[in-house]
Amino acid sequence: MTGHRVTRSDRQSTAGLAVSAVLLVVLFLLPWWDSDGSLRVPLVAILYYLALAQMWNLLAGFAGLVSIGQQMFVGIGVYTLLSFAEDFGVDPYLSVLLAGLVAAILSLPVAAFAFRLRGGYFAIGTWVIAEVFRLIALESDFLGGANVRTLTRESLGGYSLDTRNTVTYLMALGLAAGATAIVVLVLRSRLGLALRSIRDNQEGARGLGVSVGRAKLAVWVISAFWTGMTGAVILLHNPSTRAESAFSVLRWTALVVFIAIIGGVGSTTGPIVGVAIYWFVREFLEDAEEWRFIILGLIAAAMAIMAPRGVYGLLQKRWPVQFFPVRRRLVGPGVGGPAPGGPAQPVADAGHPPV
Amino acid sequence: MEWLNAIVQGIMLGGLFALFATGLSLAFGVMRFVNLAHGDLAILGAFVAVSVTSALGLNPFVSLVIVVPVMLATGYALQLGAFNFTISADPLPSILVTFGLGIVIQNVLLETYSADSRGLDVGSIEIESIRITDAIAIGWIPLITLIVAVAVLGALQLMLSRTPLGRAFRAVSDDPPTARLMGINDRNLYAVAMGIAFATVAVAGVFLGIRQSFGPLDGPAQLLYAFEAVVIGGLGSVWGTLVGGLLLGVAHTVGGQFEVAYGYGSGPLVGHLVFLVVLATKPSGLLGRRAE
Repeated sequence: MTGHRVTRSDRQSTAGLAVSAVLLVVLFLLPWWDSDGSLRVPLVAILYYLALAQMWNLLAGFAGLVSIGQQMFVGIGVYTLLSFAEDFGVDPYLSVLLAGLVAAILSLPVAAFAFRLRGGYFAIGTWVIAEVFRLIALESDFLGGANVRTLTRESLGGYSLDTRNTVTYLMALGLAAGATAIVVLVLRSRLGLALRSIRDNQEGARGLGVSVGRAKLAVWVISAFWTGMTGAVILLHNPSTRAESAFSVLRWTALVVFIAIIGGVGSTTGPIVGVAIYWFVREFLEDAEEWRFIILGLIAAAMAIMAPRGVYGLLQKRWPVQFFPVRRRLVGPGVGGPAPGGPAQPVADAGHPPV
Repeated sequence: MEWLNAIVQGIMLGGLFALFATGLSLAFGVMRFVNLAHGDLAILGAFVAVSVTSALGLNPFVSLVIVVPVMLATGYALQLGAFNFTISADPLPSILVTFGLGIVIQNVLLETYSADSRGLDVGSIEIESIRITDAIAIGWIPLITLIVAVAVLGALQLMLSRTPLGRAFRAVSDDPPTARLMGINDRNLYAVAMGIAFATVAVAGVFLGIRQSFGPLDGPAQLLYAFEAVVIGGLGSVWGTLVGGLLLGVAHTVGGQFEVAYGYGSGPLVGHLVFLVVLATKPSGLLGRRAE
């Protein structure tokens, strides 16, 4: 995906760069050869799940902010798009950007409350605040209360069905690739350095002059912005919604958390592996949503105990020379540059510290 | 008068919230463990009671004799077999394991019992009440729930402050390495604490089932209320948990009364808002000893 720009140019990463560039180009050109949409339409869900998983991973895996309230930003994105496109007649695709902005702005007061809590209590606190947003949406006559709301054809403007499908797909692809790139870029920046020092020793980092609160807030707002835009694209893909599904903890947090844990929390490649596994499970258990949750939940819980670095961590342990160049390429940058010539050793990218 | 009635009923409902909060508070106090499956375990307890009452023809109150030991053993085994491996300075593994467990419980219950709402029938006592005035009557079931909550919290407080087991709990809570040096098996102690937590949450689940109908997906809401009661009351304070539960209960019934009177608002929404106000103004809780 687009993370390749920041790759250091050792031989492995160059090969990875080439493969991922080709993959990205193929995915980008998909609408022009997948004419009936049989591949494109199911891919959209995989892509937005990748975006959501990367954003949750950025919070939980790198900033220690284990949020169980991501559904609030998805829901905010959904309802912002509905309001702007349906009620105010703004172009729906411009509204996607506005959805991200509204989510980012609202994430500030949320942080004012949630950041008073830590660890497990932060997790439940974000869940409570997500519930507040859901209940407000249910109470609000303007947002439609408990009714189903639909993004109508009129508000989607003069775009044809085919154009809309293509644009939605490309937006989902952009969100997924962009989310991966954001995580890589954040990790390579000063902010990433601050986050890793906080993760390893918060008090020590503070003592060295790292502004802990500001670093966490920055990541929080970035994640809210991107998750909000993803929520809007989810609505473009599936234009009927109601508060229960827009703010669903099962769909927009539980599944996302499972994908990230199974793939590997705390690495940029983990969510990609996780989303691939999710696609696999979904293909086999197409009609049994309950069983999908049971199986993914059990695997995720077992992984959290026995393999906290996920499938990606296990693969890396077995094959230190990177297995998939596509994925490996995204590892290198997270470290801030691998040792010259050596394989990208995942000091910072290897998941949560065993502390 | 409706508002006064709402407050009285809220205090009764608060007993149930306090009962839910007890186990969460205990597990956090002893081992800094936050169990995100707490609410789902309560619902699981209620469903176990449904099966026990229908299979053996027992009164739901009597079914506690079976449900509580079963849940106690489950909690003990889960802590020893799984949760203990997640206890570390890093809260992420324990959050992920219990969150995953909760989702699994919800979906197993959905598969086993379907999505239909259930209730636990204890007979005519369900509709009997004590009349205070023409507008205010206290139902026997809510009153019994409140009394049981006070009794459970009182017993917990006594156990923590007066018994060797309680002393050991306080010791591992304050300083696990030193407690180990003094010969305390902290891993086993954690399992005992989780067993007690599961037992209290089973009681809470059964009382919830007697009071109102419930479904497989009702667990998370109970987790949130329990958590709010703990934070409102103050971490590390047993009686704070009761106060938090009662305040939250009143917030719920007053919120419900708002809906009746004005058409807007709901119990859970007002409850969440009261929690957020306490969090913003007094993060250590009303009776808390420290902020966490």
